[in-house]
Amino acid sequence: MKVLISKPGLDGHDRGAKIVARAFEEAGAEVIYTGLQATPEEIAEIAKREEVDVVGVSLLSGAHNSLMPRVIERCKESGVDDGVVYLLGGIIPQEDIPALLAAGVERVFGPGSELGEIVSFTLERVAERSVGEIVSEMGTKSFNL
Amino acid sequence: MSAGEKHKTLSGYELKSYYGPSDIEDFDYNQKLGKPGAYPFTRGIRENMYRDSLWVMGQYSGFASAEEANERYRYLIEQGQTGFSIALDLPTQMGIDSDSQGVEGEVGKVGVAVNSLADIETLFKGIQLEKVRQIRTTANANSIIMLGFYVAFARKHGIDPNKIGFFLQNDCLKEYICRGTYIFPPSAGLKLSADVIEYAAKHLPNWTPIAVSGYHIREAGATAAQEIAFTMSNMIAYLDAAKGRGVDIDACARNIYFFLAAQVDFLEEVAKFRAARRVFAKLMRERYSAQDPETQRLKIFVYTSGSALTAEQPLNNIVRVTLETMAAVAGGCQTLASSSFDEAFSLPTEEAVTVALRTQQIVAYESGITQTVDLMGGSYACEVLTDKIEEEIWNILAEIEKRGGAVKCIEEGFFHRHLSDGAYRFQKSVEDGERVIVGVNKFRDEKEPEIPTFKLSNETGKKQSEKLARLKESRDNVRVQRALGAVRRAAQNDDNMGDVMVEACSAYATMGEICDVLKEVYGKYTPLKIY
Repeated sequence: MKVLISKPGLDGHDRGAKIVARAFEEAGAEVIYTGLQATPEEIAEIAKREEVDVVGVSLLSGAHNSLMPRVIERCKESGVDDGVVYLLGGIIPQEDIPALLAAGVERVFGPGSELGEIVSFTLERVAERSVGEIVSEMGTKSFNL
Repeated sequence: MSAGEKHKTLSGYELKSYYGPSDIEDFDYNQKLGKPGAYPFTRGIRENMYRDSLWVMGQYSGFASAEEANERYRYLIEQGQTGFSIALDLPTQMGIDSDSQGVEGEVGKVGVAVNSLADIETLFKGIQLEKVRQIRTTANANSIIMLGFYVAFARKHGIDPNKIGFFLQNDCLKEYICRGTYIFPPSAGLKLSADVIEYAAKHLPNWTPIAVSGYHIREAGATAAQEIAFTMSNMIAYLDAAKGRGVDIDACARNIYFFLAAQVDFLEEVAKFRAARRVFAKLMRERYSAQDPETQRLKIFVYTSGSALTAEQPLNNIVRVTLETMAAVAGGCQTLASSSFDEAFSLPTEEAVTVALRTQQIVAYESGITQTVDLMGGSYACEVLTDKIEEEIWNILAEIEKRGGAVKCIEEGFFHRHLSDGAYRFQKSVEDGERVIVGVNKFRDEKEPEIPTFKLSNETGKKQSEKLARLKESRDNVRVQRALGAVRRAAQNDDNMGDVMVEACSAYATMGEICDVLKEVYGKYTPLKIY
């Protein structure tokens, strides 16, 4: 499984994004981290080039309503596989979530989310979407986060 | 907890179940503590501390446009706040105007949008600035421009800028380490921060020209000792730069602050603040030969930890903030901002920010802990921990020095790796149940919290863009171009940028216009991708 963790926009709060990146890596996934200030275009370009299974976006700046849909749109425009799982983490008000889900976000992880839950949810979704081999090669031992 | 289990502080120091005289056998009172207000200032920087003057109470606030932010500041001052802190939105912190492409969603979100002197005028409308003890801002990479705005504002309104308690964060180095609002490469960033320090030393002796910040370093995953040591090493980089220009240490370091975090581990935090003062005093006396005792006194601004707040059972956060506030006060801070209980959800509501201010007021006026200076001093446990933290700070400082100093360590990702390791280790310890967080991994309540959250207008970007368009029509554009040309030449010649910024800001050049010129000269920083 290949996971892209990204920080679009100008937000500098990257503690959560980095922890989640590590958790995926420890669980056996291949992780690419964009660093801060990635544009939606850059994220789409990396997602396409690296053929990732997951695009994780972290936003604590309040700009999620404009940035998250743009990330997904740019990815789709650049031909990123339709099966890619889009995840969003950060401080996202409850009332914004339905529109984000409608825009293609699989799930929103707010403060207090557990790493194990984030990883196992993602694995399940990726397995549903694509080939089982990705998941089986990782086994189950690595989910003890 | 079983008796055999190890007991550790938040930063991982192992604790004994009690301490006694044998733990501090060679303790020399005068050398380690002395009287409050006397070297090495372990016990506090003033003899009578809060009996003479309470700390400055100033909450971090700002959102939307200058009109809305001005209203919040006036409200907080009416409620007894004695200072305020201007939270800037991210585009402003990055030197980007509100009408730039791609930033629409960020305008006015985490702070107020400030594009030009016109916004500063609105921001301060109806506030008697000379009566506010301290006005802080989060300008760092572009702090020299913020200095320009303030001086331009004061002159235009016939106020001596030196009579207003301006307090600039101006710490660009920690932006590369963890906070993220850098603009130029580190060497240019350091140059601009040193410009502010030099300019203030000459023209604005009452200002705080820099608040070297450990807060964000701690929040990103540092231990207590790393927080202080990394901050100290950044400070050394700034002061060495100022010294290299021939600025007198007593002129440039007299008013500098450290901006630190207060976490929930009361004992460790009190010990940390005490150790920080002792290390700072020694550095100032021995490394910089500062003669004036005022320069050896470390002024500390504390902000209670945002990362300690939980989304689960949000009212519990009021208690956490109370513990942190008490640690800051027992630790002898000069300025304090306390977090609001709803910050895991949104910017604070007026109610939440008022409770946070009341928390400080209750500690100040009801708790009694303000009456005795350094009330933890002499506690065996507190002295042992203060010594331990001090020792570790010196060790880390020596390592950074060996690696070539703060800028080199930034470029090589030394700090980044330590912080990522620390943050990950902490998260794991919470998920393993080794560290208890009430409401999160123990005493959970599956009910979804129902609290009112603050709603922000999405119209700020549009409103700011309209204001900018009107501004660009009405100002003297010839003067603006001339001023921007002077900014470019000063940057190319490596001159101090203070005077040219004051003129550019007075001419109503915008933050974005000025930063674009600087980007052409200095280039832009490409972030590291370490996790």
